[in-house]
Amino acid sequence: MSTAVVDGVVCVERHLRHLIRTPGKLVNAVLLPMIFALLFGLLFGSVIEVPNGGYEEFIMAGIFVQGVMTAVPNSAVGAVEDLRNGLIDRFRSLPMSNSAVLIGRTVGDMVLRALSCVAMAGVGLAIGWRVHTSFLEVAAGFALLLFFGFTVAWVGALIGLSVGNAETAASVPSVLLMPVMFLSNAFIPLTGLPDWLRVVAEWNPLSAIVGACRELWGNPSASNSGSFPTENPVLLSVVWMVAILAVVAPLAVRKYQTAAAG
Amino acid sequence: MELAIHAEGLRKRYGDFEALRGLSLSVPAGQVLGVLGPNGAGKTTTVRILSTLLTPDAGFARVAGFDVVKQRKDVQRAIGLTGQYAAVDEQLSGRENLVMIGMLQRFSRKQAKLRADELLHQFDLVEAGTRPSGKYSGGMRRRLDLAASLINQPSVLFLDEPTTGLDPASRQTLWAIIRKQVAAGVTCLLTTQYLEEADQLADRIVVVDKGQIIAEGTADQLKDQVGGARLDVTVGDPAQQTMAAHTLSGVTAAQPTLAEDGRGVSVQLTRGMTDVAEAAVALQRSGIPVVDFAVRRPSLDDVFLSLTGQNRASDEQSAAAPERSPA
Ligand SMILES: Nc1ncnc2c1ncn2[C@@H]1O[C@H](COP(=O)(O)OP(=O)(O)OP(=O)(O)O)[C@@H](O)[C@H]1O
Ligand SMILES: [Mg+2]
Repeated sequence: MSTAVVDGVVCVERHLRHLIRTPGKLVNAVLLPMIFALLFGLLFGSVIEVPNGGYEEFIMAGIFVQGVMTAVPNSAVGAVEDLRNGLIDRFRSLPMSNSAVLIGRTVGDMVLRALSCVAMAGVGLAIGWRVHTSFLEVAAGFALLLFFGFTVAWVGALIGLSVGNAETAASVPSVLLMPVMFLSNAFIPLTGLPDWLRVVAEWNPLSAIVGACRELWGNPSASNSGSFPTENPVLLSVVWMVAILAVVAPLAVRKYQTAAAG
Repeated sequence: MELAIHAEGLRKRYGDFEALRGLSLSVPAGQVLGVLGPNGAGKTTTVRILSTLLTPDAGFARVAGFDVVKQRKDVQRAIGLTGQYAAVDEQLSGRENLVMIGMLQRFSRKQAKLRADELLHQFDLVEAGTRPSGKYSGGMRRRLDLAASLINQPSVLFLDEPTTGLDPASRQTLWAIIRKQVAAGVTCLLTTQYLEEADQLADRIVVVDKGQIIAEGTADQLKDQVGGARLDVTVGDPAQQTMAAHTLSGVTAAQPTLAEDGRGVSVQLTRGMTDVAEAAVALQRSGIPVVDFAVRRPSLDDVFLSLTGQNRASDEQSAAAPERSPA
Protein backbone atom coordinates (compact mmCIF):
# COMPACT_ATOMS: atom_id res chain seq x y z
CA MET A 1 0.00 0.00 0.00
CA SER A 2 1.21 3.50 -0.68
CA THR A 3 2.11 5.66 2.29
CA ALA A 4 -0.75 8.08 1.66
CA VAL A 5 -3.29 5.25 1.83
CA VAL A 6 -1.79 3.76 5.01
CA ASP A 7 -1.71 7.19 6.63
CA GLY A 8 -5.30 7.83 5.60
CA VAL A 9 -6.45 4.48 7.01
CA VAL A 10 -4.60 5.08 10.29
CA CYS A 11 -6.13 8.52 10.66
CA VAL A 12 -9.66 7.36 9.84
CA GLU A 13 -9.20 4.61 12.39
CA ARG A 14 -8.24 7.24 14.94
CA HIS A 15 -11.53 9.06 14.38
CA LEU A 16 -13.59 5.91 14.55
CA ARG A 17 -12.06 5.22 17.95
CA HIS A 18 -12.97 8.77 19.00
CA LEU A 19 -16.54 8.03 17.96
CA ILE A 20 -16.75 5.02 20.21
CA ARG A 21 -15.06 6.83 23.10
CA THR A 22 -17.22 9.98 23.06
CA PRO A 23 -20.88 9.10 23.40
CA GLY A 24 -21.59 12.82 23.80
CA LYS A 25 -20.72 13.39 20.17
CA LEU A 26 -23.06 10.60 19.14
CA VAL A 27 -25.91 12.13 21.10
CA ASN A 28 -25.23 15.45 19.47
CA ALA A 29 -25.11 13.99 16.00
CA VAL A 30 -27.99 11.56 16.32
CA LEU A 31 -30.44 12.81 18.90
CA LEU A 32 -30.42 16.48 18.00
CA PRO A 33 -31.45 16.03 14.35
CA MET A 34 -34.09 13.54 15.48
CA ILE A 35 -35.64 16.09 17.80
CA PHE A 36 -35.37 18.67 15.09
CA ALA A 37 -37.12 16.43 12.57
CA LEU A 38 -39.86 15.68 15.02
CA LEU A 39 -40.48 19.32 15.97
CA PHE A 40 -40.32 20.71 12.46
CA GLY A 41 -42.40 17.94 10.98
CA LEU A 42 -45.13 18.14 13.58
CA LEU A 43 -45.09 21.89 14.21
CA PHE A 44 -44.77 23.38 10.76
CA GLY A 45 -46.49 20.49 9.03
CA SER A 46 -49.81 21.92 9.95
CA VAL A 47 -49.14 25.55 8.99
CA ILE A 48 -46.88 25.61 5.95
CA GLU A 49 -48.43 24.81 2.61
CA VAL A 50 -46.38 23.00 -0.01
CA PRO A 51 -47.40 23.16 -3.69
CA ASN A 52 -47.56 19.45 -4.44
CA GLY A 53 -47.54 17.15 -1.45
CA GLY A 54 -47.43 17.09 2.34
CA TYR A 55 -45.03 19.22 4.38
CA GLU A 56 -43.63 16.10 6.10
CA GLU A 57 -42.46 14.84 2.73
CA PHE A 58 -41.11 18.25 1.86
CA ILE A 59 -39.30 19.08 5.08
CA MET A 60 -37.26 15.90 5.50
CA ALA A 61 -34.63 16.69 2.86
CA GLY A 62 -34.10 20.03 4.61
CA ILE A 63 -33.81 18.31 7.98
CA PHE A 64 -31.28 15.84 6.59
CA VAL A 65 -29.12 18.61 5.17
CA GLN A 66 -29.38 20.65 8.34
CA GLY A 67 -28.42 17.59 10.40
CA VAL A 68 -25.45 16.79 8.19
CA MET A 69 -24.24 20.36 8.53
CA THR A 70 -23.32 19.68 12.17
CA ALA A 71 -20.18 18.33 10.51
CA VAL A 72 -18.94 21.92 10.21
CA PRO A 73 -18.67 22.91 13.90
CA ASN A 74 -17.81 19.33 14.79
CA SER A 75 -14.76 19.16 12.58
CA ALA A 76 -13.81 22.78 13.30
CA VAL A 77 -13.68 22.13 17.04
CA GLY A 78 -11.88 18.82 16.50
CA ALA A 79 -9.22 20.50 14.37
CA VAL A 80 -8.70 23.17 17.03
CA GLU A 81 -8.27 20.49 19.69
CA ASP A 82 -5.65 18.70 17.62
CA LEU A 83 -3.87 21.98 17.12
CA ARG A 84 -4.03 23.09 20.75
CA ASN A 85 -2.79 19.93 22.37
CA GLY A 86 0.19 19.71 20.05
CA LEU A 87 -0.96 16.66 18.12
CA ILE A 88 -0.73 18.44 14.79
CA ASP A 89 2.88 19.32 15.64
CA ARG A 90 3.54 15.67 16.34
CA PHE A 91 1.89 14.55 13.10
CA ARG A 92 3.75 17.17 11.13
CA SER A 93 7.06 15.94 12.50
CA LEU A 94 6.37 12.46 11.12
CA PRO A 95 7.26 11.29 7.62
CA MET A 96 3.59 11.06 6.71
CA SER A 97 1.28 12.38 4.01
CA ASN A 98 0.29 16.03 4.42
CA SER A 99 -3.40 15.50 3.85
CA ALA A 100 -3.90 12.28 5.85
CA VAL A 101 -4.79 13.94 9.16
CA LEU A 102 -7.56 16.02 7.58
CA ILE A 103 -8.72 13.13 5.41
CA GLY A 104 -8.99 11.07 8.57
CA ARG A 105 -11.10 13.76 10.18
CA THR A 106 -13.43 14.31 7.23
CA VAL A 107 -13.84 10.67 6.24
CA GLY A 108 -14.23 9.61 9.87
CA ASP A 109 -16.90 12.25 10.27
CA MET A 110 -18.92 10.71 7.42
CA VAL A 111 -19.53 7.65 9.59
CA LEU A 112 -21.10 9.87 12.20
CA ARG A 113 -23.21 11.56 9.52
CA ALA A 114 -24.37 8.17 8.24
CA LEU A 115 -25.54 7.20 11.72
CA SER A 116 -27.25 10.53 12.06
CA CYS A 117 -29.01 10.02 8.70
CA VAL A 118 -30.30 6.62 9.78
CA ALA A 119 -31.73 8.18 12.94
CA MET A 120 -33.34 11.03 11.05
CA ALA A 121 -34.79 8.65 8.48
CA GLY A 122 -36.39 6.72 11.35
CA VAL A 123 -38.08 9.81 12.70
CA GLY A 124 -39.03 10.91 9.21
CA LEU A 125 -40.74 7.61 8.47
CA ALA A 126 -42.56 7.85 11.79
CA ILE A 127 -44.00 11.29 11.04
CA GLY A 128 -45.12 10.35 7.55
CA TRP A 129 -42.16 10.96 5.24
CA ARG A 130 -41.99 8.48 2.36
CA VAL A 131 -39.74 7.94 -0.65
CA HIS A 132 -41.30 7.20 -4.03
CA THR A 133 -38.37 6.21 -6.19
CA SER A 134 -36.20 3.20 -6.95
CA PHE A 135 -33.76 1.86 -4.41
CA LEU A 136 -30.85 3.16 -6.48
CA GLU A 137 -32.22 6.68 -6.57
CA VAL A 138 -32.90 6.69 -2.86
CA ALA A 139 -29.38 5.41 -2.21
CA ALA A 140 -27.98 8.05 -4.56
CA GLY A 141 -29.75 10.69 -2.48
CA PHE A 142 -28.09 9.46 0.68
CA ALA A 143 -24.71 9.13 -1.05
CA LEU A 144 -25.05 12.76 -2.13
CA LEU A 145 -25.86 13.73 1.46
CA LEU A 146 -22.74 11.99 2.73
CA PHE A 147 -20.63 13.63 0.05
CA PHE A 148 -22.13 16.90 1.21
CA GLY A 149 -21.14 16.03 4.79
CA PHE A 150 -17.59 15.27 3.62
CA THR A 151 -17.42 18.61 1.80
CA VAL A 152 -18.64 20.69 4.71
CA ALA A 153 -16.37 18.82 7.13
CA TRP A 154 -13.45 20.21 5.07
CA VAL A 155 -14.99 23.65 5.43
CA GLY A 156 -15.12 23.06 9.18
CA ALA A 157 -11.49 21.91 9.27
CA LEU A 158 -10.43 25.05 7.42
CA ILE A 159 -12.38 27.22 9.84
CA GLY A 160 -10.91 25.43 12.86
CA LEU A 161 -7.32 25.67 11.64
CA SER A 162 -7.84 29.32 10.73
CA VAL A 163 -9.40 30.53 13.98
CA GLY A 164 -7.37 28.26 16.26
CA ASN A 165 -9.72 28.71 19.21
CA ALA A 166 -12.44 26.30 20.30
CA GLU A 167 -15.15 28.82 21.18
CA THR A 168 -14.73 30.69 17.92
CA ALA A 169 -14.56 27.43 16.02
CA ALA A 170 -17.87 26.40 17.52
CA SER A 171 -19.67 29.68 16.90
CA VAL A 172 -18.29 30.87 13.56
CA PRO A 173 -20.00 28.08 11.59
CA SER A 174 -23.46 28.85 12.95
CA VAL A 175 -23.06 32.58 12.36
CA LEU A 176 -21.83 31.87 8.85
CA LEU A 177 -24.27 29.12 7.95
CA MET A 178 -27.50 30.20 9.61
CA PRO A 179 -28.32 32.82 6.96
CA VAL A 180 -27.31 30.46 4.16
CA MET A 181 -29.56 27.80 5.64
CA PHE A 182 -32.60 30.05 5.94
CA LEU A 183 -32.02 31.63 2.56
CA SER A 184 -32.55 28.24 0.98
CA ASN A 185 -35.40 25.93 0.12
CA ALA A 186 -34.67 23.73 3.15
CA PHE A 187 -37.69 24.67 5.26
CA ILE A 188 -39.90 26.77 3.04
CA PRO A 189 -41.15 26.59 -0.52
CA LEU A 190 -39.60 29.34 -2.62
CA THR A 191 -42.76 30.12 -4.56
CA GLY A 192 -43.81 33.00 -2.35
CA LEU A 193 -40.48 34.87 -2.39
CA PRO A 194 -39.81 38.11 -4.29
CA ASP A 195 -38.09 37.34 -7.60
CA TRP A 196 -34.56 38.47 -6.75
CA LEU A 197 -34.60 36.63 -3.43
CA ARG A 198 -35.97 33.52 -5.10
CA VAL A 199 -33.11 33.53 -7.63
CA VAL A 200 -30.54 33.86 -4.86
CA ALA A 201 -32.18 31.09 -2.87
CA GLU A 202 -32.41 28.83 -5.90
CA TRP A 203 -28.70 29.11 -6.68
CA ASN A 204 -27.76 28.62 -3.02
CA PRO A 205 -25.65 25.44 -2.79
CA LEU A 206 -27.80 24.26 0.10
CA SER A 207 -30.91 24.56 -2.05
CA ALA A 208 -29.14 22.50 -4.68
CA ILE A 209 -28.38 19.64 -2.31
CA VAL A 210 -31.82 19.77 -0.67
CA GLY A 211 -33.47 19.92 -4.10
CA ALA A 212 -31.35 17.02 -5.31
CA CYS A 213 -32.48 14.84 -2.39
CA ARG A 214 -36.12 15.76 -3.00
CA GLU A 215 -35.80 14.86 -6.64
CA LEU A 216 -33.98 11.60 -5.96
CA TRP A 217 -36.53 10.59 -3.31
CA GLY A 218 -39.59 11.74 -5.20
CA ASN A 219 -40.51 14.34 -2.58
CA PRO A 220 -42.26 17.62 -3.42
CA SER A 221 -39.92 20.35 -4.68
CA ALA A 222 -39.70 23.87 -3.35
CA SER A 223 -40.27 25.75 -6.53
CA ASN A 224 -41.87 25.24 -9.91
CA SER A 225 -40.32 28.30 -11.49
CA GLY A 226 -38.71 26.10 -14.17
CA SER A 227 -35.33 27.82 -13.69
CA PHE A 228 -32.07 25.96 -14.31
CA PRO A 229 -31.25 25.29 -10.65
CA THR A 230 -34.70 23.95 -9.85
CA GLU A 231 -34.70 21.73 -12.93
CA ASN A 232 -31.15 20.35 -12.43
CA PRO A 233 -30.58 20.13 -8.69
CA VAL A 234 -28.55 16.91 -8.80
CA LEU A 235 -26.12 18.22 -11.38
CA LEU A 236 -25.89 21.60 -9.66
CA SER A 237 -25.28 20.10 -6.22
CA VAL A 238 -22.46 17.91 -7.51
CA VAL A 239 -20.88 20.86 -9.28
CA TRP A 240 -21.20 22.99 -6.16
CA MET A 241 -19.64 20.39 -3.89
CA VAL A 242 -16.77 19.59 -6.23
CA ALA A 243 -16.08 23.31 -6.61
CA ILE A 244 -16.18 23.94 -2.86
CA LEU A 245 -13.93 20.95 -2.19
CA ALA A 246 -11.48 22.02 -4.88
CA VAL A 247 -11.06 25.37 -3.16
CA VAL A 248 -11.40 24.48 0.50
CA ALA A 249 -9.45 21.21 0.77
CA PRO A 250 -6.13 22.57 -0.59
CA LEU A 251 -6.52 25.67 1.58
CA ALA A 252 -7.12 23.51 4.65
CA VAL A 253 -4.09 21.34 3.88
CA ARG A 254 -1.99 24.48 3.44
CA LYS A 255 -3.19 25.77 6.80
CA TYR A 256 -2.34 22.40 8.33
CA GLN A 257 1.18 22.50 6.92
CA THR A 258 1.92 25.86 8.53
CA ALA A 259 -0.18 25.36 11.64
CA ALA A 260 1.44 26.04 14.99
CA ALA A 261 0.32 25.11 18.45
CA GLY A 262 0.41 27.52 21.35
CA MET B 1 33.83 15.23 14.41
CA GLU B 2 30.60 14.37 12.63
CA LEU B 3 27.84 16.89 13.33
CA ALA B 4 24.37 15.49 13.96
CA ILE B 5 22.83 18.96 14.14
CA HIS B 6 24.25 21.94 12.35
CA ALA B 7 22.46 25.25 12.01
CA GLU B 8 23.90 28.43 10.52
CA GLY B 9 22.43 31.91 10.72
CA LEU B 10 18.82 30.92 11.36
CA ARG B 11 16.39 33.80 11.15
CA LYS B 12 12.67 33.79 11.71
CA ARG B 13 10.25 36.65 12.03
CA TYR B 14 6.61 36.64 13.06
CA GLY B 15 5.12 39.76 11.58
CA ASP B 16 7.22 42.61 12.90
CA PHE B 17 8.81 40.56 15.60
CA GLU B 18 12.14 38.89 14.93
CA ALA B 19 12.14 35.70 17.01
CA LEU B 20 15.49 34.41 15.69
CA ARG B 21 18.24 36.76 14.64
CA GLY B 22 20.93 34.67 13.03
CA LEU B 23 21.21 31.76 15.39
CA SER B 24 23.93 29.19 14.77
CA LEU B 25 24.61 26.02 16.67
CA SER B 26 26.06 22.58 16.16
CA VAL B 27 25.94 19.32 18.05
CA PRO B 28 28.45 16.52 17.40
CA ALA B 29 26.89 13.07 17.02
CA GLY B 30 26.18 11.43 20.35
CA GLN B 31 26.35 14.60 22.40
CA VAL B 32 23.74 16.54 24.33
CA LEU B 33 23.35 20.25 23.77
CA GLY B 34 21.41 22.20 26.36
CA VAL B 35 19.67 25.29 25.02
CA LEU B 36 19.08 27.61 27.89
CA GLY B 37 17.02 30.75 27.71
CA PRO B 38 14.25 32.79 29.31
CA ASN B 39 10.65 32.88 28.06
CA GLY B 40 10.45 34.13 24.51
CA ALA B 41 14.16 33.62 23.81
CA GLY B 42 13.41 31.58 20.69
CA LYS B 43 14.03 28.07 22.00
CA THR B 44 10.82 26.57 20.66
CA THR B 45 11.21 28.40 17.37
CA THR B 46 14.67 26.86 16.99
CA VAL B 47 13.40 23.37 17.78
CA ARG B 48 10.49 23.80 15.36
CA ILE B 49 12.84 24.77 12.54
CA LEU B 50 15.22 21.89 13.25
CA SER B 51 12.35 19.39 13.39
CA THR B 52 10.89 20.59 10.03
CA LEU B 53 7.76 22.19 11.54
CA LEU B 54 8.79 25.68 10.55
CA THR B 55 10.72 27.05 7.58
CA PRO B 56 13.42 29.57 8.46
CA ASP B 57 13.39 32.95 6.70
CA ALA B 58 17.15 32.75 6.30
CA GLY B 59 20.00 30.45 7.18
CA PHE B 60 20.17 26.71 6.82
CA ALA B 61 20.19 23.65 9.01
CA ARG B 62 21.14 20.03 8.60
CA VAL B 63 19.94 17.34 10.96
CA ALA B 64 21.30 13.80 10.77
CA GLY B 65 22.96 14.86 7.53
CA PHE B 66 19.78 16.07 5.84
CA ASP B 67 18.66 19.59 4.99
CA VAL B 68 15.63 20.47 7.13
CA VAL B 69 13.95 22.35 4.29
CA LYS B 70 14.89 20.34 1.21
CA GLN B 71 14.95 16.84 2.72
CA ARG B 72 12.13 17.06 5.21
CA LYS B 73 11.00 13.43 4.99
CA ASP B 74 14.55 12.14 5.54
CA VAL B 75 14.92 14.39 8.56
CA GLN B 76 11.52 13.26 9.88
CA ARG B 77 12.52 9.60 9.66
CA ALA B 78 15.71 10.28 11.61
CA ILE B 79 14.39 12.44 14.45
CA GLY B 80 12.19 12.22 17.49
CA LEU B 81 10.40 15.30 18.78
CA THR B 82 9.03 15.90 22.22
CA GLY B 83 7.34 19.26 22.00
CA GLN B 84 6.79 21.78 24.75
CA TYR B 85 3.28 20.39 25.36
CA ALA B 86 2.80 16.63 25.67
CA ALA B 87 1.19 15.72 22.36
CA VAL B 88 -1.00 12.73 23.03
CA ASP B 89 -4.42 11.88 21.68
CA GLU B 90 -6.37 11.98 24.91
CA GLN B 91 -9.19 9.79 23.65
CA LEU B 92 -6.88 6.99 22.64
CA SER B 93 -5.22 4.69 25.12
CA GLY B 94 -1.47 4.91 25.59
CA ARG B 95 -0.99 1.81 23.50
CA GLU B 96 -3.27 3.03 20.71
CA ASN B 97 -1.34 6.29 20.64
CA LEU B 98 1.94 4.46 20.18
CA VAL B 99 0.62 2.04 17.56
CA MET B 100 -0.81 4.95 15.59
CA ILE B 101 2.46 6.89 15.64
CA GLY B 102 4.36 3.70 14.83
CA MET B 103 2.30 3.11 11.71
CA LEU B 104 2.73 6.72 10.67
CA GLN B 105 6.47 6.15 11.14
CA ARG B 106 6.08 3.49 8.43
CA PHE B 107 6.02 0.40 10.64
CA SER B 108 3.64 -2.39 9.67
CA ARG B 109 0.73 -2.79 12.07
CA LYS B 110 2.36 -5.86 13.59
CA GLN B 111 5.73 -4.18 14.03
CA ALA B 112 4.04 -1.10 15.45
CA LYS B 113 2.25 -3.18 18.09
CA LEU B 114 5.45 -4.95 19.06
CA ARG B 115 7.31 -1.68 19.34
CA ALA B 116 4.45 -0.11 21.33
CA ASP B 117 4.47 -2.92 23.88
CA GLU B 118 8.23 -2.71 24.15
CA LEU B 119 8.06 1.02 24.86
CA LEU B 120 5.15 0.71 27.31
CA HIS B 121 7.22 -1.78 29.23
CA GLN B 122 10.34 0.38 29.09
CA PHE B 123 8.46 3.48 30.26
CA ASP B 124 6.55 1.74 33.01
CA LEU B 125 3.20 2.29 31.31
CA VAL B 126 2.11 -1.31 30.80
CA GLU B 127 -0.75 -1.11 33.27
CA ALA B 128 -1.88 2.32 32.10
CA GLY B 129 -1.43 1.30 28.48
CA THR B 130 -5.06 0.34 27.95
CA ARG B 131 -6.58 3.39 29.62
CA PRO B 132 -7.41 6.62 27.74
CA SER B 133 -4.33 8.82 27.94
CA GLY B 134 -6.51 11.81 28.83
CA LYS B 135 -6.74 10.31 32.31
CA TYR B 136 -2.96 10.13 32.78
CA SER B 137 -1.03 12.27 35.26
CA GLY B 138 1.31 14.93 33.91
CA GLY B 139 4.32 12.68 34.39
CA MET B 140 2.70 9.74 32.63
CA ARG B 141 1.67 11.92 29.70
CA ARG B 142 5.22 13.18 29.37
CA ARG B 143 6.52 9.62 29.41
CA LEU B 144 4.01 8.56 26.78
CA ASP B 145 4.94 11.59 24.69
CA LEU B 146 8.62 10.74 24.99
CA ALA B 147 7.88 7.10 24.14
CA ALA B 148 6.03 8.26 21.01
CA SER B 149 9.04 10.27 19.92
CA LEU B 150 11.32 7.24 20.34
CA ILE B 151 9.24 4.80 18.29
CA ASN B 152 11.44 5.08 15.23
CA GLN B 153 14.63 4.80 17.30
CA PRO B 154 15.71 8.27 16.24
CA SER B 155 19.36 9.17 15.95
CA VAL B 156 18.57 12.76 16.90
CA LEU B 157 16.15 13.66 19.66
CA PHE B 158 14.65 17.11 20.26
CA LEU B 159 13.29 17.81 23.70
CA ASP B 160 11.55 21.13 24.24
CA GLU B 161 11.33 21.78 27.98
CA PRO B 162 10.69 18.10 28.66
CA THR B 163 10.25 18.44 32.42
CA THR B 164 8.44 21.76 32.75
CA GLY B 165 5.56 21.34 35.17
CA LEU B 166 6.67 17.96 36.50
CA ASP B 167 7.23 17.08 40.13
CA PRO B 168 10.81 16.26 41.21
CA ALA B 169 10.25 12.49 41.09
CA SER B 170 8.83 12.58 37.56
CA ARG B 171 11.67 14.85 36.54
CA GLN B 172 14.23 12.34 37.82
CA THR B 173 12.47 9.54 35.92
CA LEU B 174 12.52 11.54 32.73
CA TRP B 175 16.16 12.45 33.18
CA ALA B 176 16.99 8.77 33.60
CA ILE B 177 15.17 7.95 30.36
CA ILE B 178 16.99 10.69 28.50
CA ARG B 179 20.36 9.57 29.88
CA LYS B 180 19.63 6.06 28.66
CA GLN B 181 19.00 7.35 25.15
CA VAL B 182 22.22 9.32 25.26
CA ALA B 183 24.12 6.26 26.47
CA ALA B 184 22.73 4.41 23.46
CA GLY B 185 24.33 7.02 21.21
CA VAL B 186 21.38 9.31 20.51
CA THR B 187 22.21 12.96 19.85
CA CYS B 188 20.07 15.27 21.93
CA LEU B 189 19.06 18.89 21.76
CA LEU B 190 17.32 19.87 24.94
CA THR B 191 15.80 23.24 25.72
CA THR B 192 15.16 24.18 29.27
CA GLN B 193 14.67 27.01 31.68
CA TYR B 194 16.13 24.94 34.49
CA LEU B 195 19.82 25.43 34.88
CA GLU B 196 20.06 22.32 36.92
CA GLU B 197 18.62 20.33 34.06
CA ALA B 198 21.16 21.65 31.57
CA ASP B 199 23.91 21.07 34.13
CA GLN B 200 22.73 17.49 34.72
CA LEU B 201 22.15 16.37 31.15
CA ALA B 202 24.10 18.49 28.72
CA ASP B 203 27.65 18.11 27.48
CA ARG B 204 27.57 21.63 26.21
CA ILE B 205 25.26 24.57 26.81
CA VAL B 206 24.26 27.50 24.67
CA VAL B 207 22.52 30.43 26.27
CA VAL B 208 19.92 32.01 24.00
CA ASP B 209 18.39 35.41 24.48
CA LYS B 210 16.29 37.49 22.09
CA GLY B 211 16.87 35.09 19.23
CA GLN B 212 20.63 34.96 19.49
CA ILE B 213 23.23 32.87 21.21
CA ILE B 214 24.91 35.02 23.81
CA ALA B 215 27.22 32.44 25.35
CA GLU B 216 28.27 28.87 24.90
CA GLY B 217 30.51 26.29 26.45
CA THR B 218 30.49 23.55 29.04
CA ALA B 219 28.80 24.31 32.33
CA ASP B 220 32.25 24.87 33.86
CA GLN B 221 33.39 27.20 31.11
CA LEU B 222 30.26 29.27 31.49
CA LYS B 223 30.76 29.48 35.21
CA ASP B 224 34.34 30.65 34.73
CA GLN B 225 33.08 33.23 32.30
CA VAL B 226 31.15 35.04 35.02
CA GLY B 227 34.24 35.15 37.14
CA GLY B 228 35.54 33.19 40.07
CA ALA B 229 34.04 32.32 43.40
CA ARG B 230 31.40 34.44 45.06
CA LEU B 231 30.78 35.45 48.61
CA ASP B 232 27.21 35.22 49.88
CA VAL B 233 26.37 37.14 53.01
CA THR B 234 23.00 36.95 54.73
CA VAL B 235 22.03 39.57 57.28
CA GLY B 236 19.52 38.97 60.07
CA ASP B 237 17.58 42.17 59.57
CA PRO B 238 16.39 43.17 56.05
CA ALA B 239 16.87 46.80 56.99
CA GLN B 240 20.58 46.16 57.02
CA GLN B 241 20.85 44.57 53.58
CA THR B 242 21.86 47.82 51.87
CA MET B 243 24.26 48.64 54.67
CA ALA B 244 25.97 45.27 54.28
CA ALA B 245 26.26 45.84 50.53
CA HIS B 246 27.79 49.22 51.20
CA THR B 247 30.27 47.75 53.62
CA LEU B 248 31.27 44.99 51.18
CA SER B 249 31.65 47.41 48.30
CA GLY B 250 34.28 49.17 50.37
CA VAL B 251 36.58 46.18 50.23
CA THR B 252 35.78 44.25 47.00
CA ALA B 253 36.55 45.31 43.46
CA ALA B 254 33.26 43.97 42.11
CA GLN B 255 29.91 45.52 42.88
CA PRO B 256 27.73 43.52 45.31
CA THR B 257 24.24 42.50 44.25
CA LEU B 258 21.21 42.36 46.53
CA ALA B 259 19.22 39.15 46.69
CA GLU B 260 15.47 39.30 46.17
CA ASP B 261 14.80 37.79 49.56
CA GLY B 262 15.80 41.12 51.09
CA ARG B 263 18.50 39.67 53.30
CA GLY B 264 21.19 38.34 51.00
CA VAL B 265 24.12 40.16 49.46
CA SER B 266 26.37 38.50 46.93
CA VAL B 267 29.67 39.67 45.54
CA GLN B 268 32.27 38.31 43.17
CA LEU B 269 35.69 37.68 44.68
CA THR B 270 38.46 39.00 42.48
CA ARG B 271 41.26 38.73 45.01
CA GLY B 272 40.32 35.37 46.48
CA MET B 273 41.03 34.96 50.19
CA THR B 274 42.13 38.56 50.59
CA ASP B 275 38.60 39.67 49.69
CA VAL B 276 37.11 37.12 52.08
CA ALA B 277 39.31 38.23 54.97
CA GLU B 278 38.76 41.93 54.40
CA ALA B 279 35.02 41.43 53.96
CA ALA B 280 34.84 39.56 57.26
CA VAL B 281 36.74 42.25 59.07
CA ALA B 282 34.71 45.06 57.52
CA LEU B 283 31.43 43.42 58.45
CA GLN B 284 32.67 42.75 61.93
CA ARG B 285 33.63 46.41 62.39
CA SER B 286 30.32 47.68 61.00
CA GLY B 287 28.50 45.74 63.67
CA ILE B 288 25.92 44.33 61.23
CA PRO B 289 24.69 40.97 62.54
CA VAL B 290 25.51 38.37 59.88
CA VAL B 291 23.66 35.05 59.99
CA ASP B 292 25.42 33.42 57.05
CA PHE B 293 28.78 33.98 55.40
CA ALA B 294 29.68 31.55 52.60
CA VAL B 295 32.03 31.28 49.66
CA ARG B 296 30.72 29.33 46.67
CA ARG B 297 31.47 28.57 43.00
CA PRO B 298 29.20 30.50 40.62
CA SER B 299 26.07 28.53 39.73
CA LEU B 300 24.57 28.41 36.28
CA ASP B 301 21.98 30.78 37.72
CA ASP B 302 24.67 33.41 38.06
CA VAL B 303 25.70 32.78 34.47
CA PHE B 304 22.16 32.97 33.26
CA LEU B 305 21.30 36.09 35.17
CA SER B 306 24.46 37.96 34.37
CA LEU B 307 24.24 37.08 30.66
CA THR B 308 20.57 37.68 30.06
CA GLY B 309 20.49 40.67 32.37
CA GLN B 310 17.38 39.30 33.96
CA ASN B 311 18.43 40.10 37.48
CA ARG B 312 15.79 42.17 39.18
CA ALA B 313 18.06 42.55 42.19
CA SER B 314 20.77 44.21 40.15
CA ASP B 315 18.25 46.62 38.64
CA GLU B 316 17.02 47.61 42.05
CA GLN B 317 20.55 47.80 43.25
CA SER B 318 21.52 50.59 40.87
CA ALA B 319 18.83 52.67 42.55
CA ALA B 320 19.12 51.47 46.13
CA ALA B 321 22.72 50.49 46.67
CA PRO B 322 25.51 52.95 47.19
CA GLU B 323 28.04 53.68 44.49
CA ARG B 324 31.11 51.58 44.87
CA SER B 325 33.82 53.69 46.42
CA PRO B 326 37.00 53.48 44.38
CA ALA B 327 39.53 51.35 46.19
N1 LIG C 1 3.30 31.79 15.82
C1 LIG C 1 3.80 32.91 16.38
N2 LIG C 1 3.31 34.11 16.05
C2 LIG C 1 3.81 35.24 16.60
N3 LIG C 1 4.81 35.27 17.49
C3 LIG C 1 5.33 34.11 17.87
C4 LIG C 1 4.86 32.86 17.35
N4 LIG C 1 5.56 31.87 17.91
C5 LIG C 1 6.43 32.47 18.75
N5 LIG C 1 6.31 33.80 18.72
C6 LIG C 1 7.12 34.77 19.49
O1 LIG C 1 8.47 34.52 19.22
C7 LIG C 1 9.24 34.61 20.40
C8 LIG C 1 10.03 33.36 20.60
O2 LIG C 1 9.13 32.33 20.88
P1 LIG C 1 9.57 30.88 21.31
O3 LIG C 1 8.32 30.08 21.49
O4 LIG C 1 10.56 30.36 20.35
O5 LIG C 1 10.25 31.16 22.72
P2 LIG C 1 10.74 30.12 23.81
O6 LIG C 1 12.16 30.41 24.05
O7 LIG C 1 10.37 28.74 23.43
O8 LIG C 1 9.88 30.60 25.07
P3 LIG C 1 9.20 29.73 26.23
O9 LIG C 1 10.25 29.50 27.25
O10 LIG C 1 8.13 30.65 26.74
O11 LIG C 1 8.66 28.48 25.64
C9 LIG C 1 8.26 34.91 21.53
O12 LIG C 1 8.34 36.28 21.82
C10 LIG C 1 6.92 34.56 20.97
O13 LIG C 1 5.94 35.42 21.48
MG1 LIG D 1 9.15 27.35 24.16
